[in-house]
Amino acid sequence: MYEAILFLPLAGAIFAGFFGRLVGYRACEVVTTTFMMVACALSWIAFYYVTVQGQDVRIELFTWIQSGELTSSWDIRVDTLTAVMLVVVNTVSALVHLYSVGYMDHDPHKQRFFAYLSLFTFAMLTLVTSDNLLQLFFGWEGVGLASYLLIGFWYEKPSACAAAIKAFVVNRVGDFGFALGIFATFTLFGTIQYDPIFAAAPDKVGSTMEFLGMQVDALTLICLLLFMGAMGKSAQFLLHTWLPDAMEGPTPVSALIHAATMVTAGVFMVARFSPVFEHSPFALEVVTFIGATTAFFAATVALVQTDIKRVIAYSTCSQLGYMFTALGIGAFNAGVFHLFTHAFFKALLFLGAGAVIHAVHDEQDMRRMGGLRAKMPFTWAMMLVGTLALTGFPFTSGYVSKDAIIEGAWLAHGSMAMYGYVMTLLAAALTSFYSWRLMFLTFEGRNRGPKDVYEHAHDAPMVMAIPLAVLAIGSLLAGAYFMHDFIGIDVHSFWRNAIFLPEHTGHHEVSWLVFLSPSIVMFAGLAVAWYFYMVKPLIPFGLSKRFRGAYQFLLNAWYFDALYDRIFVRPAKWLAYKLWKVGDGKIIDGIGPDGVSARVIDITNRVVKIQTGYIYHYAFVMLIGVAILITYFMFTGGGLPR
Amino acid sequence: MSSADFLTILPELILPVGALALLMVGVLVRRDSGMLVLGLSIVVLVIAGFYVAMGQGTETAFNGAFIADPFARMMKIMTLIGSGVTLYMSAEYWHRSGTLKFEFPVLVLLATTGMMLMISANDLIILYVGLELQSLALYVVAAFQRDSVKSSEAGLKYFVLGALSSGMLLYGASLIYGFTGSTGFSEIATALSGTQASLGVIFGLVFLLTGFAFKISAVPFHMWTPDVYEGAPTPVTAFFAAAPKLAAMALFTRTIFSAFPGIAPEWQQIIVFLAIASMALGSFAAIGQTNIKRLMAYSSIGHMGYALVGLAAGTEEGVTGLIVYLAVYLVMTLGSFAFIMAMRRDGQKIERIDQLSGLSQTNPLMAFMFGVLLFSLAGIPPLAGFFAKFYVFLAAINAGLYALSVIGVLLSVVGAFYYLRIVKIMYFDDPAESFDPMPRSLAAVLTVSGLMILLFFLYPAPLVAIAGASAQSLF
Repeated sequence: MYEAILFLPLAGAIFAGFFGRLVGYRACEVVTTTFMMVACALSWIAFYYVTVQGQDVRIELFTWIQSGELTSSWDIRVDTLTAVMLVVVNTVSALVHLYSVGYMDHDPHKQRFFAYLSLFTFAMLTLVTSDNLLQLFFGWEGVGLASYLLIGFWYEKPSACAAAIKAFVVNRVGDFGFALGIFATFTLFGTIQYDPIFAAAPDKVGSTMEFLGMQVDALTLICLLLFMGAMGKSAQFLLHTWLPDAMEGPTPVSALIHAATMVTAGVFMVARFSPVFEHSPFALEVVTFIGATTAFFAATVALVQTDIKRVIAYSTCSQLGYMFTALGIGAFNAGVFHLFTHAFFKALLFLGAGAVIHAVHDEQDMRRMGGLRAKMPFTWAMMLVGTLALTGFPFTSGYVSKDAIIEGAWLAHGSMAMYGYVMTLLAAALTSFYSWRLMFLTFEGRNRGPKDVYEHAHDAPMVMAIPLAVLAIGSLLAGAYFMHDFIGIDVHSFWRNAIFLPEHTGHHEVSWLVFLSPSIVMFAGLAVAWYFYMVKPLIPFGLSKRFRGAYQFLLNAWYFDALYDRIFVRPAKWLAYKLWKVGDGKIIDGIGPDGVSARVIDITNRVVKIQTGYIYHYAFVMLIGVAILITYFMFTGGGLPR
Repeated sequence: MSSADFLTILPELILPVGALALLMVGVLVRRDSGMLVLGLSIVVLVIAGFYVAMGQGTETAFNGAFIADPFARMMKIMTLIGSGVTLYMSAEYWHRSGTLKFEFPVLVLLATTGMMLMISANDLIILYVGLELQSLALYVVAAFQRDSVKSSEAGLKYFVLGALSSGMLLYGASLIYGFTGSTGFSEIATALSGTQASLGVIFGLVFLLTGFAFKISAVPFHMWTPDVYEGAPTPVTAFFAAAPKLAAMALFTRTIFSAFPGIAPEWQQIIVFLAIASMALGSFAAIGQTNIKRLMAYSSIGHMGYALVGLAAGTEEGVTGLIVYLAVYLVMTLGSFAFIMAMRRDGQKIERIDQLSGLSQTNPLMAFMFGVLLFSLAGIPPLAGFFAKFYVFLAAINAGLYALSVIGVLLSVVGAFYYLRIVKIMYFDDPAESFDPMPRSLAAVLTVSGLMILLFFLYPAPLVAIAGASAQSLF
């Protein structure tokens, strides 16, 4: 069964990728989607076995690399954490496959699209089922590749190609750290298998290793290097710039890869390494800081974006920040719980946005939407559910998991935890504002787009509606249903040893003010959004005029792109240009291929000239040859003792 | 002289007797005697080959002046194949041009007789007789197309320079006789063993090897080759490229190993010089050629250089490599000339390389087979040409000739250029008008040789084993 979960998507990818032209797009859609459905059903069964019956699984498929002390095998490791990820990945992936059948209906390259989607799923599954760092890294790079391919799916668009390259390059930065982290782990522990590492971690507290010429705490170094990889993959502050641009890809891709699954790989990895992170308080503080900062930063940027997908993208970034905040304060289970619920409502929002974009003929600017509730009531209802969950409306999934994080930050000790609390609370208010702004701009008021487009706007077909409905149910109920398992009274029997759990988890009494604070700020955000966009629509315009600097600052995402362009991109391009023109063109080509070939032609021309056709020249050359040999032997002493 | 001697030289008797008989046939049969004589000549070659193959062990005749050992048999069979197949291919050419005279196959038979004597020569006198018999016949066939200025010029040049080289060879032989007191190889070897070789013997060796180098067209005694290759009728060129090269190389090999094992360091130096010069000139000069026959001339010069690398090693392994190299060279050369002879457009023969452009689209099979041969000539794995080079360089490295090996490998890179350029012209340039369909006989030779080259790597053991056994008989 576990092998089927892992390899059905690969089989689908191979089928659609290599035989897609042969069998036609319909067969590809049916095969890949069916395979994903089966894999999804199997993962829920696996989830049941692992979490309810407590049967962890470890299957070794075969040994991959054996070199000296390094051994690495292909494994399927399924414990609670993996089971959660299997459910998330396969459910969302299956729904996105189904949704894409409708969404990509007019695209001429459907086979390729479905092959990529299934390939991505396979890579993500190898990542989450890994039992050692090398397989994890394989999956990590595999999802990166699939992400690159899917962002650049419409490769005729220069912006899509640029976005794909950007995603790839920014992730390289993170992966560089990640790879170093793997090397450091092997250096310190002598193995890259999880269980021996986790078992040995407590003994390694306080040991040091040399890094950049300094003696540093080994565990902290490993954690920070690994976290660097997580920052890249999960689009955290400083390495977040690729995620908004990744929205160039088709919307189902945004839902699957850039909201629900791949970007949470960083969260998964840190949670997986919670037994190691737990021994490095400093690393955890860094995680909290980055997470909380991202949560706040991305939420501020989302306030003013006008592209519907970019708003949701920044929202994703912000929510990932929540997850890392939770990890940083040691509430690993809360972080993974938010990952779990977030997958439902963020995929829902993206797919809903996709339905909207589909309906208004690929228009993504919210300023040209409005009044769509009358035309597409079902989509509106679904988006409403997603928004409620995202903003943390009481008793929705988002409410349960997000409030757990904010409360956890309040309860944790230390100034960094307090920073986390403040930032996540502020971000909650902002989240509420931008989410409702999105809803009001899109669905309420009067329409601001072309009239004929508006007239023909309608709800999505059934094949796209079903995934929305399923995700909506998850967004509403998953939190409440699984609350006791993930963060409530059943945590120990649910997680067992999959992640590190603090000694005394469970419910804590907090003051009612703290308990209510997330809801209060949420309603405040809703009220402001209502006032700004429903009651006095001119206020936002006036504000953006009066605080022009601040508005531009937010609109340009704190000028990170411009800054990186100045600091990294342009010098790199200058250097590359010089290396190309001078290094490669003049030096290597000049002395190497070009120079050599020019000399060869020179020699050829001279040699050919010897061949004059005159017989006495020929005889002369022969005699010269004999003379040379004779002279040579006269001087080097043929006949002399050697 | 006894009857046993005649049994030993039976194949060498069959050829001249056959040649004389065919001369009579040519005179007596008036009409179309050419084709008849040509066909019968091939029969004579086959019969001679059969008797060569029948031989067992090592036999000598005429007091050791003539030797028939496994090495001689191997080389003779390859030479006979070279002569026979070129005759077979030439039939088509003569048929088209209508200029066949029955003397041509007879001359080829006589030249082949000379080659057989060269291969079996174990005495300076037999050596010279065989060499001259071969050369005189070759001078005539080079100028065979009397109405062509180029052909006559080629024959004349070859004759004058050949006479010069013969003179040097004779001078060298006389020096050797003078200093050792003998003409037999084994006696010379005995005389030279143990004592320090005098400068006179070494001078004699230099002149002797100069004569050999002329025959295998090693640089700097190669000057005749491009002109003769280009000027002679194409079947004659094919013949020149195949059979005499093998015979001369066999003569070269036997002489230095049988007569001069005692002064190996001296002849090694000469051979290293010849090898490097030939490989270098063969590689560089070929780049500048536009005529495919001239290009093949430089190609053969280069290949003789590589074969000499095996000889320079001076070991049994080196001779094994040399024999493998020559066998592969023979197949590649015959295949290539089958292609060149089939280069015709609207009945006109063409020889310029750029006229091959886009051949892969007009005559795909022909282009593919020739492409295989070119890749093999360049020494690209897994084709036979690669293994040929591999064996000689391996032997050279095992013999400690590192510099020679490195230079040889680097020069083979330069050489690869002009072979691959032809492939590029055939495959990537705009197609010109298509060639005339390939005659069946030439297509057969091209296909068989192409397949042998292509599939050699599957089963190289027999050739290597025979080459090893042949080489063993020299030591």
